[in-house]
Amino acid sequence: MSQAKNGAVLAAEAENREFLVFSLGDEEYAIDILKVQEIRGYENVTRIANAPDFIKGVTNLRGVIVPIVDLRIKFHFDKVEYGGQTVVIVVNVADRVVGIVVDGVSDVMTLTPDQIKPAPEFGVTLSSDFLSGLGSLDDRMLVLVDIDKLLTSDEMALVESTSNQ
Amino acid sequence: MDIADFFDTFFEEAEELLSDMEQHLLELDVDDPDSEQLNAIFRAAHSIKGGAGTFGFTVLQKTTHILENLLDYARKGELTLRADLVDTFLEAKDIMHEQLDAYRSEEEPNQEAFERICQTLQQIALDEIGQQLDGPATPAAEPKASPAPSENDTEAKSNEEKVANSHLLVALLNVAEKDRILLVEELEQLGEVQSQSGDEKRYEVILKSSDSADDIEAVMCFIIEPDQIEISTVEGAVDPKVTTEPAAPSAPAPETKLEEPAAKKAPAKEAAKEKPKKAAAETSSIRVSVDKVDQIINLVGELIITQSMLDQTVSDLEDQSVGNASLQNGMSLLQRNARDLQEAVMSIRMIPMEFVFSRFPRVVRDTAGKLGKEIELITEGKSTELDKSLVERITDPLTHLVRNSLDHGVEMPDVREAIGKPRIGKLTLSARHQGGNILIEVRDDGAGMDRDRLLAKARENGISVSDTMSDEEVFQLIFAPGFSTAKEVTDVSGRGVGMDVVKRNIQSMGGRVEIQSKLGEGTNTRIVLPLTLAILDGMSIKVGSETFILPLSTVLESLQPSKDDMYAMAGDDVVIKVRDEYLPVIAIHEVLNVEDAITDPTKSIAVIVQGEGRRYAMLVDELIGQQQVVVKNLEDNYRKVPGISAATILGDGSVALILDITGLHRLSRYKKEAGKKVVNNQNLSSFKEAEPS
Repeated sequence: MSQAKNGAVLAAEAENREFLVFSLGDEEYAIDILKVQEIRGYENVTRIANAPDFIKGVTNLRGVIVPIVDLRIKFHFDKVEYGGQTVVIVVNVADRVVGIVVDGVSDVMTLTPDQIKPAPEFGVTLSSDFLSGLGSLDDRMLVLVDIDKLLTSDEMALVESTSNQ
Repeated sequence: MDIADFFDTFFEEAEELLSDMEQHLLELDVDDPDSEQLNAIFRAAHSIKGGAGTFGFTVLQKTTHILENLLDYARKGELTLRADLVDTFLEAKDIMHEQLDAYRSEEEPNQEAFERICQTLQQIALDEIGQQLDGPATPAAEPKASPAPSENDTEAKSNEEKVANSHLLVALLNVAEKDRILLVEELEQLGEVQSQSGDEKRYEVILKSSDSADDIEAVMCFIIEPDQIEISTVEGAVDPKVTTEPAAPSAPAPETKLEEPAAKKAPAKEAAKEKPKKAAAETSSIRVSVDKVDQIINLVGELIITQSMLDQTVSDLEDQSVGNASLQNGMSLLQRNARDLQEAVMSIRMIPMEFVFSRFPRVVRDTAGKLGKEIELITEGKSTELDKSLVERITDPLTHLVRNSLDHGVEMPDVREAIGKPRIGKLTLSARHQGGNILIEVRDDGAGMDRDRLLAKARENGISVSDTMSDEEVFQLIFAPGFSTAKEVTDVSGRGVGMDVVKRNIQSMGGRVEIQSKLGEGTNTRIVLPLTLAILDGMSIKVGSETFILPLSTVLESLQPSKDDMYAMAGDDVVIKVRDEYLPVIAIHEVLNVEDAITDPTKSIAVIVQGEGRRYAMLVDELIGQQQVVVKNLEDNYRKVPGISAATILGDGSVALILDITGLHRLSRYKKEAGKKVVNNQNLSSFKEAEPS
């Protein structure tokens, strides 16, 4: 009996996922912690001419040239400021290293499968294609972003796309 | 360690051994062969055979085996070498290489080639040393080897060494009992053990086996030392074929006499002794993946940046003149060490030109043979070092140039004699450093280029030329697409494809090709290349608050434009007059949307640049200075950016973009055509598709 119960608990634990929670404006977002390489400040970004406005440019990450994307501009937030609190989350997606600018990083959360609800299909700015769900945690709602899909999508213009050739 | 790693190691080693073998074969003087060289060739074949056997590459093993036997005769002086035999050996080497490639890509090697080369080699054995082989033995064995042998068909050994089901006496000397049991078990795998007897000091096993004494010994040597084994054939139980044995390298003693094998042991021991020597030489280098080296180069680059940041901080301290002399000393020491380290690390990527040149003796030999010409190849500056990535990319263009020289440059021997030149044409490959560049030359003493013929040919091809063009300009015509002056197309060259590719390849490496030629005396093709692709000589410029790097090789001059020299054309196009030449003007701040830049052209600086034959004036705010920069790829993590070729990291740790001269010109034209339309990456990439260079 108890053994079977333990097994169930273990299985559930195995399905629990850890997320890094960050804020854009007043909203809370989260991405899979395994995609995160490091967190650093926003500094020394070299602008790239003729790139979309949400691509802030490139920066030097220990000898590697890394593009920096501002998700606040991409998601059309009104208030985009760069200050001491502005944080760049460096993520690893599709064998690439990309930095994303966010307003702040709050904590790392563990979500059980039943805390993750499917995302409703409504998004125009942020298509539900790029969401892996909505996390509900007491009275908080976390927007779970599928960072892989988002950053490799054509509209991010981060990777050389094949579709418009 | 994965088994796949062992495979990889074998493939790499075998490849090296094959190229060693080729090199020695090419250097070999057939009239007076150097026994050291013959030994080296034999050892290479032997090592490959061993490895191939271990990994179960049967076809490769068998091919090598036959070749090895022939080489063995050669090194013993029983086979007299001739140029055509060396050719066949080279062919065999090529086939072995193909087999190796096939195994590497997990395919079955070409069976037809395998059979053909085996037959050819056996024919040589038969023809050249046939008198030493007893009549019926060899012809009988030959057809046996030609039918496609299946994987475990051990029958298809070479005829010389093959001793079909002979009785062998295997004597084990001073072998402990537990080892002996193992060995006898091994022997049982190889054949039928007929009887065994003896003590620890000498234990004799009579074995009925189709394997040769050499093979058995090789197996045994995994367990015991070679001098602990004696193998001989047993008289009486032997079929007539064994009488061919004196010619075989393995068992010169057909007698059962036990003392006799000692004579045979001598060469075997010799070979065994030579092996450790070779192993010692190998330890002087190690294999490291390029990724690891690049990572070190990156880290050292970072170290240099950190060091210069520290340096800056310390020199600021100095102003306040605190007693910090030891800090100062430490800093200068750190600086020196860091620079030395960087230099040393960069040199890891550098490899000598020998790696490129070593393939040319073969190319020249083959091509000259095909064309019926006599050529002597001279290489100079083999030790000149070049970045690995460039070495890989220079080989093809260089091969093309060499073939071209042999085909079109050097005359036929009779023609050469008739005009008083030595019969043998001379082709020189040389490499040397010149400033920050490497200069590679392909020189021949052939017919040289005919200016008038080139001009006539150009007119025929509809290329606009004039008689007043300089020789250098005329010679450059051969790089035009579809241009060939060869009177007829040969399979060596003359199709007119290629030379333009050669030029494009070299340009893509940041280099250029020059031709010097004198009719009747020869041609010298010079390739000038930067030493490395990882470092670029750059000119840093400022536009507004942004810093960019211009490749120094594209910069011709810079000047302060005056109002009188600038002319407007068709609305917003501007040209500038520089020494009687009108050049289009491109303002960087317009093309790259820099906001805080100087917009008045007369207050900015015009840099005259040249890329892919196009010249224009680029308006920038300020020239900062020349510096060497480490080139970083933008596409690794981002994508291609129009007008930008790469990025680099400046001394303060920030990123600067390296401008692409040709790309900027295209981008500027496109932007003007697009008018006021907002230009973003999306339609820029479609523009690139629509209008390739």
